[in-house]
Parts: sequence; structure tokens; C-alpha cells
Amino acid sequence: MVSHSSLPITITQVTKTYGKVFALDHVDLHIKSGEFLTLLGPSGSGKTTLLTVLAGFTRPDGGSLKFGDKEMITVPPHKRELGMVFQNYALFPHMSVAANVAFPLKLRGIAGAESARRVERALEMVRLGGFGSRGVDQLSGGQRQRVALARAMVFEPRIMLMDEPLSALDKQLREHMQIELRQLHEQLGMTTVYVTHDQREALTMSDRIAVINGGRIMQIDTPRVIYERPANRFVAEFIGESTFVPVSVAAGQLTLGGQVLQTAEPLTGDGAHTMLLRPERLRVLGATQEAGPGFNLLQATLVNAVYQGDSSLLQVALADGTLVQVRSASNGLVDSSQLAAGQALRLALAVKDTVLLSDQGSPA
Amino acid sequence: MTALPNALALQRSARWERLGMVSLIAPALLVIGLTMLIPVGWLFYLSALSDAGNFSLEHYQRMWEQPSYGRTFATTFKVSLITTFICILLSYPLAYFLSELPKRVATLCMVAVLLPLWTSLLVRTYAWLVLLQRKGLINNWGIELGLWDEPLALVHNLTGTLVGMVHVMLPFLVLPLYSAMRAIDRDYLRAAANLGAGPLRRFWLVFFPLALPGLITGTLIVFILCLGFYVTPAVLGGGKVIMVAGRIANDIELFFNWGAASALGVVLLLLTMLLIFGAMRLARIGSALVNRSQS
Repeated sequence: MVSHSSLPITITQVTKTYGKVFALDHVDLHIKSGEFLTLLGPSGSGKTTLLTVLAGFTRPDGGSLKFGDKEMITVPPHKRELGMVFQNYALFPHMSVAANVAFPLKLRGIAGAESARRVERALEMVRLGGFGSRGVDQLSGGQRQRVALARAMVFEPRIMLMDEPLSALDKQLREHMQIELRQLHEQLGMTTVYVTHDQREALTMSDRIAVINGGRIMQIDTPRVIYERPANRFVAEFIGESTFVPVSVAAGQLTLGGQVLQTAEPLTGDGAHTMLLRPERLRVLGATQEAGPGFNLLQATLVNAVYQGDSSLLQVALADGTLVQVRSASNGLVDSSQLAAGQALRLALAVKDTVLLSDQGSPA
Repeated sequence: MTALPNALALQRSARWERLGMVSLIAPALLVIGLTMLIPVGWLFYLSALSDAGNFSLEHYQRMWEQPSYGRTFATTFKVSLITTFICILLSYPLAYFLSELPKRVATLCMVAVLLPLWTSLLVRTYAWLVLLQRKGLINNWGIELGLWDEPLALVHNLTGTLVGMVHVMLPFLVLPLYSAMRAIDRDYLRAAANLGAGPLRRFWLVFFPLALPGLITGTLIVFILCLGFYVTPAVLGGGKVIMVAGRIANDIELFFNWGAASALGVVLLLLTMLLIFGAMRLARIGSALVNRSQS
């Protein structure tokens, strides 16, 4: 079943309105062949609508959808040859596990020994070999999820859609399945479009992430760029923890509360800007420790500290009074249990992490 | 093992709780006992008494020997079968349509479907008589519009009986069908489509088997209710459609023969029970077959 055939998906100007509300607002998106692309966004952002347009369950107002070179926008769902894993799995309750997996084969005229062989192989791929004769109601949530996956890939579709397939599982199983899904994708190589509202899941699994809000794609890029160089405030807030600090730019230099900070590249666009600070990118320095080259040094005062197990979340006030959050690892150099409110702290921020939100005066 | 503290007191409280639960159904049990068990027992007893008051099976013997009784039973089953069949044909698409509507609209439509049940059976039956008779509304319109020349015999026969019975029975089939169909997660159909099933195969392979329990329930309810129908065939059948219930009424009203009437009642009761049992067996075998054919 190791089929390395996959198809690119090209979405152009796809628009769907409900009344006057745009569920999808002139969406343009190109998904490369064999890519694992995640549609990430809050509920109501349009990510699921976009997936159902791909599957053919939602009829958009207009636009173009191509799998490879073929226009698919008016093709009914049963002729699209897509694998899909539903949020609630949608396993047929009146059929056994094997019958569920054999269903797409039966529709394609594959029966008997050939069908049985492929069903067993698909079940083995999701590590459910020998489960064929069970009823769907005899399976746990994680097992149902795997059966749904086996059923979606048994007919070797070249595109796979997944609609929050892990959201019904508990945390441990979810993290385990994330890795398994990723491995399966690498093994089978089909173009995969994955919908989730879980940012960590998106960061873990994707080749690229498309962050969606209000029916528009806010940013599309690799997980690292999405996290470290968010295009705008929405993306920065939606992914990871963040504090926004007002800064100013003059003559290519960044000034925060009267202090000039080094940046990786000279900045353009003089005036007031917003800087993004990730709590874990700020490091609390020990009393004798120096920031060193490649770091900006910030003076701050501790407001309070909250112990969270693997780390402590500190709230600190910068010199100009701006409140900022700092994540201090529990195995770090500074013992957060020794910190007291009002204590002066020195914070180090890598020059490469000294970034402005790029929709407001971008560093290139 | 040493006794746990308060073990006895906890057992006692559990017993009281059970007793409380049982006492909830006590009134219902009492009513069933008084209105069902005793009368039905009485029915059996009466059916086994001869006209002279001795124990005998003469009523059953007569039923066996006189062909008119056989015909009555045949008519009863025939009319019930046809009615049930027409009801299925009419209510399946209707229930499907309703189950696809938004819930609020569907609820309103359901009220419309159930509305006839709030009107007296007699009123509905006579209303059909008015509509269907020789100089009734339908015949008048049909002739005036030139659809047919002579009045059609729409009533006082099998046609009239069927029209009335289907009208009465429809809600009893729509209701269970609708709730079974409503309960089907539409994602099953989307999944089937996604896996390559066109509309027809989505219906046969997924929708129909999932809605089957509702269909079986509704069909049984309608068929069994039909078997005991009295008013509608009596009024709209015009003496040509004699069903068991009508025959029982005749035996009592015309011949004061309680024994014969009771024996008919007993046979109808037993046949109905046999039928339910058989249908349930068939349904189980059927669903097992459906499952096997798909595995």
C-alpha cells in the first residue's frame, strides 16, 4: 500500500457566505504534493468550512478548486477520491470493523481475497491487525480513531483530509497519535490537510500551517516561522504565549522604554510599533551572569511568580512600567523559589528574538 | 472477614430503596391486572363454553368448519397488509423529508402529521364518507372537471376502507420512522459519500439499515392496529369488507352469542401474538443477514 502518489491542491478565490457573514473570504491557497498542511484557527474561523469545501460537502458561492490540474469544485463528494477522517470518526455502527474498512473497496468493485488482504494490511498499518471481526461499539476511542484512519487510506487516495481527528482523545493518547499520524504520513506520502484548533498539535505535526481567522488566511508558513515571526497580532496571540510591548523605531533603531535594543536587521518605518515578547525567550540572569554578545539586556522588577511545575511564570515590570511575562525553567540557573516581589531582575533577550509584529513596520 | 461498620444499616437502606422503586409501578400493575388479565381470562373462559353452558370447543370447531370465518380472517389480513404497505410507501419519503428539515420546522410539520390523531376516529371516518360517496365532493369535482364521466365507487367497498385506514394509520408509522431517521448522524452519509458511494448506495448500504429498527417498529404497530380495526371498515366498507372485529360485533349484537365472539377474539389475539413473535424473529435474522452481507 506504500503509494507515493499524491496530488497538489490549488484553491483560488474560494468564497462562502452565510447571509452577510463570510465563512470563507476569497481564499487562495496552494498545497504542495505530499505536504502535511494544517488549517489552524479558533472555532468559527472557517477552517472546517474550507475542509468541507475540499471534501465536497459544502457548496461554495464561487472560486476554483483543483486537485492536480483537474477542476473539482462541481464534482460531487463521492467522485472526489479523497480519504477523510471525521471528528467523530463516523464509523458505520451496523458493520464490523472489517466491513467498515472494506466499504470503500466494495464500492470500487474489489471483493473477496483481494479485499480481505488489503483490509488486513490497512488494519495492521494502524496496529489493529486481527480486530476485523469486532463490532465498532467494542472499540475504545483510540481504536475507533485508527479504524477510521484505516478506512480512509485503504483505497489509497492521493489526498487525505482530517477534521480534528484527535480532539475526542485524552491528552496522552492524543500526543501518541500525533506522532503516529505523522509517521504514517511520511510512510504513505499523500497530501494531507489537517484541521485543528490546537496550536501545539499544529506545531508538532505540520510541514506548514495556515492560520485562519474570519474566513481569511492570516499567515501560511512553517511552524517555526509562524511561531517566531508571526505576521500579525492575531497569529502571535493565537499561537503560544505572548506579551505585546509598545516600542518606537527611529533611524532603523528600536527603542523600548528609552533603551535602544539591537536587532538582527536594521528596521524600516519610523514611528510607534509593537514588539512581541515570548515568555520563554526572556531569560532571567543570575547575579553574576552576563548577557553576552547576541543578547539584549533588560532591567526589570519582579511583580509576582507562579509556580507551574516544569517552570515558573514570572510577571515583571520593565523600566518604563510595562508588564511582561517571563517563563523561568525550573531547572534554570535562577531558583524561582528564592525570588521575592519587588526584587530587581536582569533579563536577557536574544537579538534574533527581538522582533516586531511584521504587519506594522516589518524587519524585511 | 470482620464485619464493616454500618454494613447492616447500609443493606437495609438499599432494600428500602428497591422497595420504593417497586412501589412506583404497583398502581400500573394493579390496573393491568384488573383491566387486562381478568378480562382476557374471562374471554378464554367464555370461548370454551357451549350455548348450554357446558365446557366445549364447539365455537372453535365451527370456526374451523365454516368457510365464512376463514374468509373473514383472510380479509382481515389482506386489508391490514395492503394498508400497512401503502402506509410504508407514503410515510418513508415523508419521514425522510421531515428528518432533513431544521428541527423547529420539522416539529411544526410533525404537529400537522399528528393533528388527525386529535380528532375523533368516528368524525374522520364519516368525513371520508362525505368526501368519497357517489355524490360526494371528489366525484362531483372529478365529473365537473371532466376527469371521469360516471361516479366512481370510492366508498362502501375495499377502496374506501383502505383510504380511511391509511389515513388513520399514517401517523403511527411516520412517528417511529421519523425518530429513527432523525437519530442517524448525517456524518455517516457524508463518510459514505467520501468513501465513494453515490446517492443510491448511500441509501441502501447506510441509511436504510440504520433506519430499519424504526421501520420495523412502525410496521408492526400499524399492522397490529389494523388487525383489530372496527369502525372504519364498518362505515366505509359498506358491509363488503368484513374484518374480525366487525364479525365479533355482529355475533354479539345480532346473535347474542358471547361464546362465538369470545372464540373469535381469542383466535385473533393468538394469531397477533404469533405474528409479533414471528416478525421479531424475522427482524433479527434479517439484520444479522444484512450485517453478514456487509462484512
